[in-house]
Amino acid sequence: MSDPLSEGTGGRRIDEATGTETMGHEWDGIEELNTPLPRWWVILFYACILFAIGYVILYPAIPLRHGSTPGLLHWTSRGAFTREMAAAQAARRPVLHALAVTPIDAVPQNPALMREAIAGGRAAFKVNCAPCHGAGAAGSIGYPNLNDDDWLWGGTLDAIQTTITHGIRYPGDDQTRMSMMPSFGADKILTDNQIADVASHVRSLSGLEPRASAAAHRGAAIFAANCVVCHGADGHGNRAVGAPNLADHIWLYGGARAQVIGSITNAHHGVMPAWAGRLDPVTIKMLAIYVHSLGGGEGFAAAAPAGAGTAGHGQP
Amino acid sequence: MVSLDPEDQPVVPGPSGPRLYMKRKPVFPRPVDGRFRRIKWAVMAAALAVYYATPWLRWDRGPFAPHQAVLIDLAHRRFYMFAIEIWPQEFYFVAGLLIMAGIGLFLVTSAVGRAWCGYACPQTVWTDLFQHVDRLIDGDRNAQLKLQAAPWTPAKILRRAFKWLIYLVISFITGGAWIFYFADAPSLSHDFWHAAAPPVAYATVGVLTFTTFALGGFLREQVCIYMCPWPRIQSAMLDEKSLTVTYKFWRGEPRGSIKSAKAEAPRGDCVDCGMCIAVCPTGIDIRNGPQIGCITCALCVDACDRVMAQIGRPRGLIDYTTLEDAISEQAGKPPKSHAQLIWHPRTLIYFAIWSAIGLAMLFALGTRRHLALSVARDRDPPFMLLSDGSLRNGYTVTLRNMEDRPRRVELALSGVPGAAMWSDTMARANATRAIVQTLPADQSEPLRIYVEAAPGTRAQQIGFTLRALDAEGGSARYQTRFDAP
Repeated sequence: MSDPLSEGTGGRRIDEATGTETMGHEWDGIEELNTPLPRWWVILFYACILFAIGYVILYPAIPLRHGSTPGLLHWTSRGAFTREMAAAQAARRPVLHALAVTPIDAVPQNPALMREAIAGGRAAFKVNCAPCHGAGAAGSIGYPNLNDDDWLWGGTLDAIQTTITHGIRYPGDDQTRMSMMPSFGADKILTDNQIADVASHVRSLSGLEPRASAAAHRGAAIFAANCVVCHGADGHGNRAVGAPNLADHIWLYGGARAQVIGSITNAHHGVMPAWAGRLDPVTIKMLAIYVHSLGGGEGFAAAAPAGAGTAGHGQP
Repeated sequence: MVSLDPEDQPVVPGPSGPRLYMKRKPVFPRPVDGRFRRIKWAVMAAALAVYYATPWLRWDRGPFAPHQAVLIDLAHRRFYMFAIEIWPQEFYFVAGLLIMAGIGLFLVTSAVGRAWCGYACPQTVWTDLFQHVDRLIDGDRNAQLKLQAAPWTPAKILRRAFKWLIYLVISFITGGAWIFYFADAPSLSHDFWHAAAPPVAYATVGVLTFTTFALGGFLREQVCIYMCPWPRIQSAMLDEKSLTVTYKFWRGEPRGSIKSAKAEAPRGDCVDCGMCIAVCPTGIDIRNGPQIGCITCALCVDACDRVMAQIGRPRGLIDYTTLEDAISEQAGKPPKSHAQLIWHPRTLIYFAIWSAIGLAMLFALGTRRHLALSVARDRDPPFMLLSDGSLRNGYTVTLRNMEDRPRRVELALSGVPGAAMWSDTMARANATRAIVQTLPADQSEPLRIYVEAAPGTRAQQIGFTLRALDAEGGSARYQTRFDAP
């Protein structure tokens, strides 16, 4: 307060209107009133400063060229994240251990474990499987829909687990699901007319074309000579070799006439990776349980009334 | 005590320039008896009794629910209040209660001014309690003033330490009682003393003990004057029809002691005894007019009434009065009745809104269902083609049994002729139109439901009906879609 005007009295006076003291300085007739803050407020202010000093000492605070001062506690956000993840892993460990020691067929008997497995499988599915099978596991042309009751290689928990573990036609896995349908057209096994006839027969199995047509009759003979080894005499397929059921309503590569002819001419050999080695066995088990739970799972083993619990009951 | 003597003002310039920070001037209110003091005692007793006793009230809810009458069970997301049980999705009841509390404050402010501040606010109640402790330990106002000015001798230190210990015990009991609203009180109390309660319980008690100790023991009226937003809001809500504690200056002025007034006339009723200042818990002088520091506790009314009785003048030199009434009284008209003061249009409108919300909530509470279901339809994929050509839709059906006992229920399909459903714990071969199962008490049960319909079924409405099979009955229905190509 070295204002020359406030020499002596300090220029301070009591403002008449408010009864409040002025600060003693004025510019163009404008004066400032002194409304003092309560002392506890300034004590809090200094307490905050002390807190800040403690914070700077204990925590990373001052930016340096590379990083910052570490602080006495050596706290980092990455470290906190790692600790939280480790804690979450530790919390999951009992469930993962229980899943590891329980045979997959026995999991449905334990509803709590089943829920955990389905939840874990759902998460793993979104990360690993959704790119091909879709987030809702509905698949698309060439990528099987996992919600339905049609299974190429078997729909029991055990069969699904085997498929995920070893993959399909996956090079480098000895136990991978393997089968090779010949390319009947590209390899000149059948002529285009013969393929067209077979397509008529195959489509007639599920009622897409009339069974009594001349083409279907010709096709039936060709089918008997070339296809029944894998697909069976009535076209119901063979899961041992992954031969699809041709008599149902589900078409992995499309059921339109052009699509069926295309599949016979140039056989599709879809590949799924073997997940053993990429995922741990417990995750694969959870994935199998999740896929099985999507509504088409076979070999339902829960305590259900008579009629349930046998494989293949999925057919109504 | 705030004196009108300018030398006593905290902002007087000192030799080293103006003081920018003001030390609290301690308030040592003198005890007073009177009608408003008795109301204050009653409100304080009621408030403390409700606060401490409520968690210990028991209420029999059968074997599947807690037996505490009022319980906010955060872990299980239930709110119990006597016969009422609120689930998280019914939180609008709590929101409604909060809105009622807000409008209730408006209503009270509109009718009787800052009555909340003066009588019911926890800060007021606890400050009052601590001021009684002061009087008990340190003696009356004069003894307290003397002790405050005395040097820190061992005797003073001992006396202060003892008083603060009592503060601390009160604060601890205050903070300690809070946690019992959130868990079973007897068992939490046992766990608390055996170091087995959750850490959050100890932390809560610690924080609330500290805040009670600091706010009630030391900051007191500064909370009202500097920290609390409510006086600011209230001063915006007060109007010329609001009751405020008013010094009737037209009757009191010119003030002066009886002796000095002997010679000259005329003289007002105020004898300048200072009693209104001495009893004020926030240390203001009501004769300076309405001010933010006045919590309208009316202790000065009691004090002044006693003085008026002594000098043989009518009571009410300081009294609850509206601004409107004050003006008409100055003009010599008779004061309005209390009913006229309280029931004016704004009060009536607030009361109408407040009771409408209350009635609507009571109605909703009385007619709410204790059995409910919600259905989430699968969207990815929206429908499934099965190998035999039939169509399947997936639903997550959540069944809620909001009663404190298990119930046998039936979930039935309606619409989509020929459709049948099965759950993820059933085989498709057992698909049916109605599933019967037992719902556990006071829980929601998620069910994975698959519905299949014959090939060629078109997209259409489908309904799920949940029906209780016990004597009480009751049902709920949820309409959704069955999707198809």
